Amino acid sequence: MLKDITIGQFFPGNSAVHRLDPRVKIVLTIAFIIALFLAAGPVSYAVILVFLAAIIGISGISPRLVVRGLRPILFIILFTAVLNLFYTPGDYIWQWGWLHISKQGIAVAFFMVLRLMLLIIATSMLTYTTSPIQLTDGLERLLGPLKRLRVPVHELSMMMSIALRFIPTLIEETEKIIAAQKARGADFDSGNILQRAKALVPILVPLFISAFRRADELATAMECRLYRGDVGRTRMKQLKIERLDVCASVLCTVVIAAVIVLGRFGL
Amino acid sequence: MSAIIKTENLQYAYPVEEGQLAVPVLKGVTLSVGRGEFVAVLGHNGSGKSTLAGCFNAIRLPTGGVCYVDMMDTRDEKNTYEVRKTVSMVFQNPDNQLVATVVEEDVAFALENMGVPPEEIRVRVSDALRAVDMYEYRAQAPHRLSGGQKQRVAIAGVIAMMPRCVVLDEPTAMLDPQGRREVMHVVRALNRTYGITVVLITHHMDEAVQADRVVVMHQGEVLMDGAPRAIFTQVDKLRAASLTVPQTIEVLYELGRADGAALPVDALTVKECADILEKYLA
Amino acid sequence: MSTILETRGLTYVYGAGTPFERVALDHVDLRIEKGEILGVIGHTGSGKSTLIQHFNGLLKPSAGEVLLDGRSIWDEKGKCARETRFRVGLVFQYPEYQLFEETIARDIAFGPSNMGLPQEEIDARVRESMRAVGLDEKLAGQSPFALSGGQKRRVAIAGVIAMRPDVLVLDEPTAGLDPAGRDEILELVKQYHDTSGATVLIVSHSMEDIARLADRLLVMDHSRVLFCDTPREVFAHAEEIIAAGLDIPMITKVMRELARRGLAVDTSVFTVPQALDAIRAAKKGGAR
Repeated sequence: MLKDITIGQFFPGNSAVHRLDPRVKIVLTIAFIIALFLAAGPVSYAVILVFLAAIIGISGISPRLVVRGLRPILFIILFTAVLNLFYTPGDYIWQWGWLHISKQGIAVAFFMVLRLMLLIIATSMLTYTTSPIQLTDGLERLLGPLKRLRVPVHELSMMMSIALRFIPTLIEETEKIIAAQKARGADFDSGNILQRAKALVPILVPLFISAFRRADELATAMECRLYRGDVGRTRMKQLKIERLDVCASVLCTVVIAAVIVLGRFGL
Repeated sequence: MSAIIKTENLQYAYPVEEGQLAVPVLKGVTLSVGRGEFVAVLGHNGSGKSTLAGCFNAIRLPTGGVCYVDMMDTRDEKNTYEVRKTVSMVFQNPDNQLVATVVEEDVAFALENMGVPPEEIRVRVSDALRAVDMYEYRAQAPHRLSGGQKQRVAIAGVIAMMPRCVVLDEPTAMLDPQGRREVMHVVRALNRTYGITVVLITHHMDEAVQADRVVVMHQGEVLMDGAPRAIFTQVDKLRAASLTVPQTIEVLYELGRADGAALPVDALTVKECADILEKYLA
Repeated sequence: MSTILETRGLTYVYGAGTPFERVALDHVDLRIEKGEILGVIGHTGSGKSTLIQHFNGLLKPSAGEVLLDGRSIWDEKGKCARETRFRVGLVFQYPEYQLFEETIARDIAFGPSNMGLPQEEIDARVRESMRAVGLDEKLAGQSPFALSGGQKRRVAIAGVIAMRPDVLVLDEPTAGLDPAGRDEILELVKQYHDTSGATVLIVSHSMEDIARLADRLLVMDHSRVLFCDTPREVFAHAEEIIAAGLDIPMITKVMRELARRGLAVDTSVFTVPQALDAIRAAKKGGAR
C-alpha cells in the first residue's frame, strides 16, 4: 500500500529527454513554468500543448502514465475549476441565488485547469526522466554559487540523496513492524481518531529507534569511507553540456519566446 | 614480515555517565597483524571482538595502551585520515553502510571523498565491481539487491579504495547461507588474489577455519592465538569460551573421550574427517 | 495425534496484475499435528516466510484454504477472526526491533491487553512468560532498550508467549546470534514446548540447529513443499536438498563421504551423538 506512492518516481530510459544534462532540464522546466503563466490566449496554450506533447513523445513515457500522475491532485484541479467557474464576474449566463456562471468564468476556469495540468505534467516529466541522484546533483551544482553565501548546498544535497536511499528501506521496515504488531493483536482500523492515533505508537516508536540506529551506523560507515564534507571532493559523474543540451535549450528558448510574444498580443 | 596493525596493552572502556564505573571491554590486548595475513578474530557476543575492530580503524580510540596502524598512533588526530585510508572497514548490517541510490555511485563514494580524478574513479569502480562479480548490477538501486549482494557492493567500495588492510566486522551475521558463501568467496579473494591483509571478525567456526590464523577473544582478552588447526583441537578451552567447534572435530574428540579411541582430532574438512574415520573403522 | 493447522491448495501471488507478479506459494498442502515441533527450512525466496504469515491470517490466500482446528480462518465475508492472531502466535525475524514500551512488563503485556483480558490475568501472564524465557522478574520495570540484543529478543518472544498461543511460530529466532546465544534460544523454545504442550514451528536456515529439535521437517523449494517428514527421512534425500540450495550438516556430509568410500555406515544422521552411535555400530558390526 505504501509502495503505491509515485511522487518523484523515475522511469529509467535512454531517450534524448533522459540524456539531457539535469541542470539544463531544471532550468528549462522553470522557464517553461514562467512561460505558462505568461500565456494569455488559446494560441499560446496550443503552442505549449504541442511542445509538451512532443517532449512526452520523445521521452517514450506512455501518455497514459503521465495522465495517471494527475490523479493525486484531481481534487485541487476540480476545486480550482469550481471556484473560478462560480466566482468570476462578467456576463452572467446562469444565476441561482448568489451562485452565478459567467462567460468569462468558463474561459478562466478552463484555462486555469489547463495551466495547472500542464504545470504538473511538466514538473513530473522532469522527475520521470531524471534519476533522483542526477536531480540532486544538478541542484547542487546549480545552487553552487550560493556556497559563497554560506548556504550549506553540499550538505543539503547529501541529505536529500541519503533520504532517497533510505526511503525504500524504511518503507519495508514499516511494513514489517505493522505486520509484527498486528500479530500481537494490534488494531489499526477501528476506533475514533484518538484511539487510532494511539494505535500508531507501537509502529512509530520502533521505527524512530531503528531510523536513529541506522543513522548512527551510516555516519560511522561514511566516516570510515573518508567522508569529510565538501573538502577536496571530486565526482565520478562529471556533468558536461553537450550538443544535445545546446539544441534543447535553443529550441525551448524559441518556444518560450513565441509564447511571450503571442501573450503580448493576447493570443 | 612487519606488522600493519600492532596493539600494545590496548584497553577500551565505553564512556559512562558520571558517578558510574566504566566497564572495560578490552582489558589489555597485545596483538600484531602481519602484512598479507588473513586473521580471523573469533569470540562470543560481548567478548570485545567488535570493539577491537573499531580500534583498528580509529572509530574507537584506546582508553589505555596504544594501537598502531602502519606505525601511526591512532590516538593522534592528525593520523586519522591516513589510518582510515590504510585500514578500511565493512560492517555487519549491509543496509546501513550503503550511502548512494545507485550501486556504482556507492562504490565511488570513498574515492570521491579522497579527491581521485573522475576518469580514474570510473576505472577503479568498474574494476572493483568486477572483482566482487557485481558489475552487471552497477546501475541498480541497492535496496533491490539481496543481503549477500549488498555486502559484496560494500566490499567493492572498500576494494576501490585500495587499502592495505580490510577489517570486516561480522559481515555474514545477517545473511542466509547463500549470501554467506558469496561473501566468504569474495573475502578469500581479497586476501589471496589482491594480497590485502584481512581481519575477519566472526563467530562462525567454518569461516574462521578458512583463515591463516585465528585469534580467540574472551572477556576482553586474547584467549588463544594460532593456526586454525592448533586452535580448533583445543575443544575444552573453546567450549569454556562459549564457542563451538566444527562437527568434524567434535565427532573425533567425542570418540576419543568416550570410547578411548586414540584418534587425531585435527580434521578441519569433511575429507580430513572421513580419512581419519575410515582408518578407524578399517 | 490430531491436526491443528492444515492448508489445502494454498496459493499466494504477490503483486497480481502488475509486471512484478510472482507466485510465492504454489498449491501447498500441509498438515501440522497438535503438539509437534515442525522445522521449516528453505532458501531465501522459497516461500517459507510467506507461508507462515498465512497461518495467523496476516496474508490472505490468493487461492486455497488455511484451516485451524478443521475450520477455515477466513469466513464467508472474507474476514479473519482476530482471535486467530492470538491462537497462532507469530514471532518475526529480529523481533527485538519491534519493542516499543517504556518497561519490559508493559511491552510483554501488549498482546494480552489487545486480547481484552482483565488486569490480574495480564500481570500473571507477564510474570509467567518472563519466567518461560528466563528473564529475571526484577527486570519487569526496566526499559527494554537497556538490555543486550539477546535479552531484547527474549522480551519479544515473551510478548508472544504471553498470548498463550496454541501454535507458536518463530521466524529465524536465532538469526545474528553467536553459538551460545543460539543454543540458549533453542533450549528455551524446547522447554516452552515441553511445558506448555503447544505446537511449535521454527523457521531456520540452519539445518544443524533445527534438526536437533524438530519432530518433522518441512523443506520448501520454489514455492512448493519439497519434503515434509522426519529429519532422518529428509536427510536420506541429501542430493535433492543440496539441489534446492540448502546445506546439510557437516556431519551428514562426513557420513556420506564414508559411505561413498564403501563403508557400511548410516548416512541419515544429522547430529554428532547420532553419528557417534552410527560409527560405534559400524565398528562393532564390521564396516566393510
